[in-house]
Amino acid sequence: MRAMQPSETLGATPAPLLDVRDLRVTFETPHGLVKAVGGVSWTLAPGETLGIIGESGSGKSVGLEAIMGLIKTPPGHVSGEVLFEGRNVLTMPERERRQLRGEKIAMIFQDAMSALNPSLTVGTQIAEVYRLRRKCSQAEAERRAIELMDRVKIPSAKTRVGNYPHEFSGGMCQRVMIATALALGPQILIADEPTTALDVTVQRQIMTLLAELQREDGMALVLITHDLGLVAETVDRAMVMYAGRLVESAPVSSLFDAPSHPYTRGLIRSMPRIDGASGALHAIGGTPPAAGRMPKGCAFHPRCEMRVDRCRVDRPVLRPMDRDHFAACHIAKETPRD
Amino acid sequence: MSAVDATTAPQVEEDHDRAAAITGRAYLSALMRDRVAFVSAVFLGLLLIAAAGADFLAPFDPDKANLRARFVPPLGTARDGGFHLLGTDELGRDLFSRLMHGARVSMSIGLLGAICSGIAGITLGVLAGFYRGLLEDLLMRAVDGMMALPSLLIALFILFVIGPGFGNLILIFTLLHWMVFARMARSLTLTHQQSTYITAARAIGGSDARIILTHLLPNMVSPLIVLFTLEIAVLILSEASLSFLGFGVQAPQSSWGLMIARGREYISSAWWLVVMPGAAIFLTALALNLVAAWARAITDPVQRWRWLTPPRGKNQPIDDDE
Amino acid sequence: MPYLLRRFLQSLLLLFVLVSFVFVIGRIIGDPALIMLGTSASETALDQLRENLGLNQPIWQQYLVFLGDLMQGDFGVSFRYGFSMMPSDALRSEGTPVLPIVLERLPATFLLAGTSLVFAFSLAVVLGCLAAMHPRSWIDNLVNVISLASVSVVQFWLGLILIIVFSVQLGLLPTGGFGSWQHLVLPALTLAARPLGRISQVVRSAMLDELSKPYISAARAKGVPEWRVVFVHALKNASIPIVTITGDELSQLLTGAMLVETVFAWPGVGLLLIDSLGRRDLPMVQAGICVVAALVILVNLAVDFAYTVLNPRIQMDNRGGRA
Repeated sequence: MRAMQPSETLGATPAPLLDVRDLRVTFETPHGLVKAVGGVSWTLAPGETLGIIGESGSGKSVGLEAIMGLIKTPPGHVSGEVLFEGRNVLTMPERERRQLRGEKIAMIFQDAMSALNPSLTVGTQIAEVYRLRRKCSQAEAERRAIELMDRVKIPSAKTRVGNYPHEFSGGMCQRVMIATALALGPQILIADEPTTALDVTVQRQIMTLLAELQREDGMALVLITHDLGLVAETVDRAMVMYAGRLVESAPVSSLFDAPSHPYTRGLIRSMPRIDGASGALHAIGGTPPAAGRMPKGCAFHPRCEMRVDRCRVDRPVLRPMDRDHFAACHIAKETPRD
Repeated sequence: MSAVDATTAPQVEEDHDRAAAITGRAYLSALMRDRVAFVSAVFLGLLLIAAAGADFLAPFDPDKANLRARFVPPLGTARDGGFHLLGTDELGRDLFSRLMHGARVSMSIGLLGAICSGIAGITLGVLAGFYRGLLEDLLMRAVDGMMALPSLLIALFILFVIGPGFGNLILIFTLLHWMVFARMARSLTLTHQQSTYITAARAIGGSDARIILTHLLPNMVSPLIVLFTLEIAVLILSEASLSFLGFGVQAPQSSWGLMIARGREYISSAWWLVVMPGAAIFLTALALNLVAAWARAITDPVQRWRWLTPPRGKNQPIDDDE
Repeated sequence: MPYLLRRFLQSLLLLFVLVSFVFVIGRIIGDPALIMLGTSASETALDQLRENLGLNQPIWQQYLVFLGDLMQGDFGVSFRYGFSMMPSDALRSEGTPVLPIVLERLPATFLLAGTSLVFAFSLAVVLGCLAAMHPRSWIDNLVNVISLASVSVVQFWLGLILIIVFSVQLGLLPTGGFGSWQHLVLPALTLAARPLGRISQVVRSAMLDELSKPYISAARAKGVPEWRVVFVHALKNASIPIVTITGDELSQLLTGAMLVETVFAWPGVGLLLIDSLGRRDLPMVQAGICVVAALVILVNLAVDFAYTVLNPRIQMDNRGGRA
């Protein structure tokens, strides 16, 4: 059966904002070529919230960094196509790609405080690219910075615009990062584990803020995380990555109601539930393969409770499971749903 | 399709051990792989042999004047038929032989000076790091203070007052160069002190001296050796400067620095008298620095695997799961 | 206590220690009269000089007198400066005050050291940044080679080589002396070699460190142009080790200037010191050492001041501030 791309869904869909086709990222190391992302394809619609779920080393961050053009190309190699506004971002000259960054596509990172330059004021950093691109005065840039800080609900923005990053708490720093990302009104915001380093209550605040800003601006959001609970609450559509490949992709309700791939099912089962039976938490035995030690056949088969002989030999490709729901597993359909 | 195999537990990959056994042979082959460091090490070895065996190996008597062979340029032949690889000086003495004898003086000052200042500095540093408290405070203040002062100047002043000479030079070097060793020894001691093996050693009742000597010091050896090598180079250069100014080694002994000073007079006619001794100093210091850099790279646990495991072809993919 | 004030007091203490050290070495370990007159002087001449210099007083009294004189800027007088080496000169009570002579020679040394440092620093920052931006390229290798060579070479030898090449063989530049910009070129180049090597090495490694930090990728992700990422973001944070090494090298420059001035007959403090050592002019030597060492301490203090300007965190940590 021919593998289908997730973009080939039933019914009419609007033109995707971002169309990723067969993205591959490999790295040269003294021990040979290591594949970080192997042939991943997905699309992002305008205003959509996409969640990318995976453990560390699954390639979730690397893929997005490659799209932004942040991978150093020796020793990294990026291939495939990433279409934005009809043009392939990967083959664009660097100058043009840099123009996209900040203005059309913005990214925020996990540890906000170390993502900020410790010796520049937050005001300078928030308005930096705004000032460069709009060629305005310092006063105007500062005004814009205060405006943005207000928007992300940083109290006393006027006085704090001249403060340094280490004078802010973790949650506040993340707001600064968001303000920076919004400065030029991007169409896509990529958030790489934005709340992992924060307390639960602060997490909530940040995610609420992001949802609000998204609504106001019509921005698309790509949320990279390993936190399933966060995904369940905030995204429209979720993709699961394992060992550099996409293993499942579905609208969020479908993913949680009827997870197809054994890995996804394992992840969902591992979530502690307040209404669940108490007892030992379920865990997926084993560890993800180290880069460079990929098992033959399905990358997950050594840890899969439901593997068959075919899994050891044939690598599965994405197949439709249901409407708009895809999984890369040989036996998925055959397993009765829990 | 075969039945679902639900009885086998999921496999867990065993990560086989990548670290090769670190033996002496491994070090030697790592040295040979780094051509630059290898050449430097060979050069230093030859230099040591030349210095030690100068009496037998030098082609001419370094002190014997031969007025028929004055100012012979390098690779030249004197009027009496002698071939002089590096030329002769104003008294007809062969420069190559003089350099070999000078090597003995320069290198022994460098080596002895480094040993003395090293012993002093390491002892103080280890004690400061081990016992902490007032001793450490005072010592570190002294280190900071002394390192802030220009050492050449102070060396000159002291030598001016007490007089120059080989022994006094060693004294000065010990007095002015112990600080780098102390600083490093203290910081290493502090790092290692937190280790569990030290706590364990204490728990079984080891005396302080025993802990320091048998547990701490062996683990501190590598970075200290690197520092030691670098300091030898520094001291050779210092001695050259001091001798050049007339406050180092004195006649009839001859060090490379002194040879440059004497050769300066004839700079417009016999340039080799200045260039050759200086080149000797330069090459020696360079070789020492290169070997020290190699030693540092190889003893750094992070970098280590790079040198001690042979690399595969860089562009071969490791997995083929297509 | 504010950081700068603390450092200032430490510097004063160090200066005091240094001055006392000069006293101890000069008067206690050495015999000033013997030093100044030499071993061939007669016993009566020595005694006379000792009397003149007040060396027969108890040592603690001498110390106080010494310090007192120092406060007034009186380092004693020189009997050698401009005079012949006759022992009888030392017995005359007039002589030229030493401190003004030393101070008069400072500008020449500053000119030499300053030119060297400016040249070395600018070139080193550029080379170091380029090397960090293109690791393992030819420019990286060049920077490594230069650093290694510059710490292995003896400065005065380098100066002599430059003289051989440019003055003797090519006749382009003078062999020494003072007067025109041509006289400055070779000495400044010689003196600049070592700081060039050391500073570029530190710039390279500090920049490599900074460029691997998360805020740099974040800045690139924002769309900041690469030159700005390197020269505004990274360099500012890398500046602490760079400033440290530059301060270090400046102190070394002042002493390295001694050797270079000797080779090129450049009339600065260094040459004065060396000549005075040769002439056994103890007061001049003492004054020279104190002045140069005081300058070195001053430079270190200036470096600390530069820290607080460059890294706001240090200021903050002393005032204590957190959201």
